[in-house]
Amino acid sequence: MGQITLSQVSKRFGDVEVIPPLDLSIEDGEFVVFVGPSGCGKSTLLRLIAGLEDVSGGHIRIDGRDMTGAPPAARGLAMVFQSYALYPHMTVRANITFPLRMAGMDRDERNRRVEAAAEVLNLTAYLDRRPGQLSGGQRQRVAIGRAIVREPAAFLFDEPLSNLDAALRVGMRLEISELHQRLATTMIYVTHDQVEAMTMADKIVVLQAGRIEQVGSPLDLYHRPLNRFVAGFIGSPRMNFIEGPEAARHGAHAIGIRPEHLAISAGGGDWRGTVRVTEHLGSDTFFHVHDTGLAEAITVRATGDGIPGPGDTVWLTPDMDRLHRFDAKGSRI
Amino acid sequence: MARAVSLRRKSINTAAAWTVALLLFFPILWTLLTSFKPEAQAVASPPRFLDFDWTLKNYRDVEAQRAYFRYFWNSVIIALGSTGLGLAVGIPAAWSMAFVPGRRTRDLLMWMLSTKMMPAVGVLVPIYLIFRDLGLLDSRIGLIIVVMLMNLPIIIWMLYTYFKEIPGEILEAARMDGATLGKEILYVLTPMAMPGIASTLLLNIILAWNEAFWTINLTVAGAAPLTKFITGFSSPQGLFYAKLSAASTMAIAPILILGWFSQKQLVRGLTFGAVK
Repeated sequence: MGQITLSQVSKRFGDVEVIPPLDLSIEDGEFVVFVGPSGCGKSTLLRLIAGLEDVSGGHIRIDGRDMTGAPPAARGLAMVFQSYALYPHMTVRANITFPLRMAGMDRDERNRRVEAAAEVLNLTAYLDRRPGQLSGGQRQRVAIGRAIVREPAAFLFDEPLSNLDAALRVGMRLEISELHQRLATTMIYVTHDQVEAMTMADKIVVLQAGRIEQVGSPLDLYHRPLNRFVAGFIGSPRMNFIEGPEAARHGAHAIGIRPEHLAISAGGGDWRGTVRVTEHLGSDTFFHVHDTGLAEAITVRATGDGIPGPGDTVWLTPDMDRLHRFDAKGSRI
Repeated sequence: MARAVSLRRKSINTAAAWTVALLLFFPILWTLLTSFKPEAQAVASPPRFLDFDWTLKNYRDVEAQRAYFRYFWNSVIIALGSTGLGLAVGIPAAWSMAFVPGRRTRDLLMWMLSTKMMPAVGVLVPIYLIFRDLGLLDSRIGLIIVVMLMNLPIIIWMLYTYFKEIPGEILEAARMDGATLGKEILYVLTPMAMPGIASTLLLNIILAWNEAFWTINLTVAGAAPLTKFITGFSSPQGLFYAKLSAASTMAIAPILILGWFSQKQLVRGLTFGAVK
């Protein structure tokens, strides 16, 4: 079981309110990602759930029991830290069995669990090494192993992949997703990387300045962002925003159109502009179109090898069904 | 050209280092040499360097006059006892200051350090009276306590500096893993801070061994350590330099040997964090 409910949870550091009162419920077995820019309070929120920080107000319930003031160990949650936080003076085996030793489990059961976890995480050959002798990816696996053996109610991940290089990050992302499918345990995952959020989550919680901007499935957030912040944060390259007469024509203060929902042609269309920069990714090409009179620059994503090059005049046509409209406050119309 | 300059620099640095080292070592060397001189030659003018009549008589006299090992054991007990007690108090104190600092932690640290700037003689009378009333005069336990208190600011400062270097996330991980505060300190913090704790321990043993003011003033004979042993050989009349040197050599030899064998650990600990 791993159902977590936050009601009116808030956090202040001195006079600074980093998290205004918020409500959130996380269902058993869900993979929830907290995403937002640096300093949005996502890590603080995770630490409040973990019990590493005390809440300033509100209640945290885990599986129906009020855990607001409970110490971290009593909450039945396991955490994987950004820096891995392995015990450098212990072997991999001792690291993984540490929580079991603390729980007073007998040696046979401890060994059985560590062998099983090592098998799953490909760590069997490294059990007698120390963390300093392992690569970044292996250390991350040890940290995950230490979390798994406790069979926790939920896993908490605090930006676990940000210290890994790009290739390893993609691999570990898959491993964590597979782990979630196999264990079907609740996971709460904090990241500033919206690609990680989109690819891993059942449910994404977008945070800004301690406030929840939107909660929903990845595709929900992509297709129906509730406001300009979410619209701009989810999706890469980011959504183009157009204000002024063109927006007014659509009955909005601002309109948003994703780069992949714009057609580009040399012949004709709705908006005229000049290509300034092209970025070829192989599968796609990004065109940065200027001098449209609509916005500073409009990004277009097109498949195949782009014919227009820098300096060419092009025409852009938005897919009207995928146009997002926002009012003056930035809320979706 | 660059090579020539660097070679010259290197020779100058080496010469300077040797000069400073010899200057620092000279008093110890002179004490050692004097301890092997007959009393008359110990005060000879001009002083004799190596061309004197080498003798072990001073050591025999010193041992005959006073039982060296009784003082030696008192020194050992006071040095180890005050260090052990100091660490038992200092580790939790440094832990709380490093990992759960309050608004006044910095002030508290500075205040503790400031007590080291106070001349010890300023509190001699009150402490003497307290010791007299509590029956702690000339007792090992009394000396262990007073020497521990004198060195406690240094112990806490050193440990605090080492603990600051340990990432807080590792301790948080231990807390998530179900470690109580005691187990967190025992299984995670202490092993990780071991180099720092070891050098604190060594330095403190040396400081406690050499502590003379309190050990001389608060003892008569029963709990007197080697510092008192040395003073016993300075007398207002007659020749005593050679015997005094022999006593001094016997008093500093154990700690000098300890320092020699642990110098690697000491240097590593004292420069911990500075050269990483």
